Amino acid sequence: MSPLVFTLRDAPAQRLDLAPLTPDRLVGLSQSKIAAIQLQTTRDRVLAGDVFKIRMGDAMQIRFEGGSERFDRIGAGMSQGEVSVDGDVGIQAGRLMEGGKLAIAGNAGPWAASGMTDGSLTISGDAGDRLGGPLAGETIGMRGGVVIVRGNAGARAGDRMRRGMIIVEGTADTCVGSRMIAGTIVVRGRTGRLPGYLMNRGTIVTMDGSDALSPTFVDSGVHELLATVLMARYVETYSPEIAAMLRRPWRRLLGDMAVIGKGEIFSPSVAN
Amino acid sequence: MSQLTVNGIRVDDTFAEAFEMRATALTITAHNAAWARQAAETMTGFATSVIGCGCEAGIDRVLNPDETPDGRPGVRVLLFAVSTSELQKQLQARVGQCVLTSPGSACYAGLEAEERLKLGSAVRLFGDGWQISKRFGDKRYWRIPVMDGEFICDATTGLSRTAVGGGNIIVMGATNETTLAATELAVEAIAAVPNVIMPFPGGIARSGSKIGSKYKGVRASTNDAYCPTLKGAGNSALDPDITSVLEIVIDGLTSDSVAAAMRAGVRAILALGPERGALRIGAGNYGGKLGSHHYHLKDLLP
Repeated sequence: MSPLVFTLRDAPAQRLDLAPLTPDRLVGLSQSKIAAIQLQTTRDRVLAGDVFKIRMGDAMQIRFEGGSERFDRIGAGMSQGEVSVDGDVGIQAGRLMEGGKLAIAGNAGPWAASGMTDGSLTISGDAGDRLGGPLAGETIGMRGGVVIVRGNAGARAGDRMRRGMIIVEGTADTCVGSRMIAGTIVVRGRTGRLPGYLMNRGTIVTMDGSDALSPTFVDSGVHELLATVLMARYVETYSPEIAAMLRRPWRRLLGDMAVIGKGEIFSPSVAN
Repeated sequence: MSQLTVNGIRVDDTFAEAFEMRATALTITAHNAAWARQAAETMTGFATSVIGCGCEAGIDRVLNPDETPDGRPGVRVLLFAVSTSELQKQLQARVGQCVLTSPGSACYAGLEAEERLKLGSAVRLFGDGWQISKRFGDKRYWRIPVMDGEFICDATTGLSRTAVGGGNIIVMGATNETTLAATELAVEAIAAVPNVIMPFPGGIARSGSKIGSKYKGVRASTNDAYCPTLKGAGNSALDPDITSVLEIVIDGLTSDSVAAAMRAGVRAILALGPERGALRIGAGNYGGKLGSHHYHLKDLLP
């Protein structure tokens, strides 16, 4: 069956809350019911039918033709099915996602995958700041699932992450994995200053090193570990190049000793 | 006892009686095949019979690097016990003392099943707080720092409640030499069958047992009916031309695998013929009332 398609009519006049347009919410609804769903974030009412031309299909596969930096909370809370967006999206893409697949062809704003518990989020462009991170007042960020960023990630990717995996094929800005509780972050490109800032547990792989490492990380030498081999096996389906690199020996840095110091950063065996 | 004769070898019209057991499997890997085997052999040592060892264990087969989770040479090991709690206890003790300690080893679940036994979740405490849990997708591993790096261990492994223990073949011959030759050949044939182990030394038991004893508190005693030195006395089951008897005991993850193993063993013995091998093949049972699985020798013939 062909997917359910939302084609953007014009650039939205206000930020939109697209959280209602997930397979969980749309399965079994008629076209008129879907068109009547409210998406506004201001006092001006906006219905799905106003913003999008709707082509009915299997609601377990939803496609957005066209994107906008104003597409907020896309795929938020989804637990099944697939959602794909041709272009950019705004804040909190895949926020509290519980399952299924969300694919963004363009860039995503801040807090993508925030508090995600399962499923996969692929961002083909760049991700904004605080990828997977908690919103103000929350104590835990990403709790499971996989996030793949083909471009670069903003500051504090994986902030307060508890479980799951973030793969960044480009670079990551400052404080990647800040305050990590556990989980795994792999960055193919260079990371900004202070990766793993105040991390408790968890693993960060900085494949091209970082701009500045906190002095509260200690060097435990270069090791060829099965842990990175097993990681490679898992990463293979998402990013074969990163998987191949993971099989090499890595320098293991323990920290952040400013807190409990049970986390680790794998960095190139020769410092750079 | 009524008998058939196949290729000059007498085959008793009887059956092996086997029991439902709890079982699990592990994949043990190491830097090379020799050390993977070493860890597996150490772990499955002193595991010939549940009567005295708590579990029956052995090597199922050698695994190629492309069959193991970490791409290193490995060995698949099976463990059988009479209860889930005993199996858990044996698994924990054996992995902790024999696999964790073996150079370069790693230990993974070798059986996928809904019900789970603790594997790394039990051994992890050795890490004294330095152990690390890593979860990739559905798989959770424990990383325990050890003196040659890290011991990697799956958090859990699968439990089977429908495994079968006690499949057997009794091999009877004219001399120790020919009987052993026939039995060794059968062991070799059975080793090629997947999902089964032969827990006794080299796959062979020379001290077949019966249940009970004349002595109080002795749970099993020599199978006097098959002891050639007791021929003529009591209830000997042996013919005048038999002077050596050996037994192969088989445990399998499924009833079909036990049947396949017995079939392979019986056929290997029959193919060797009576001159260089066995004169007679039998099987052990308890009258058929105790075990839920019966393997009739006549069903296993070529």
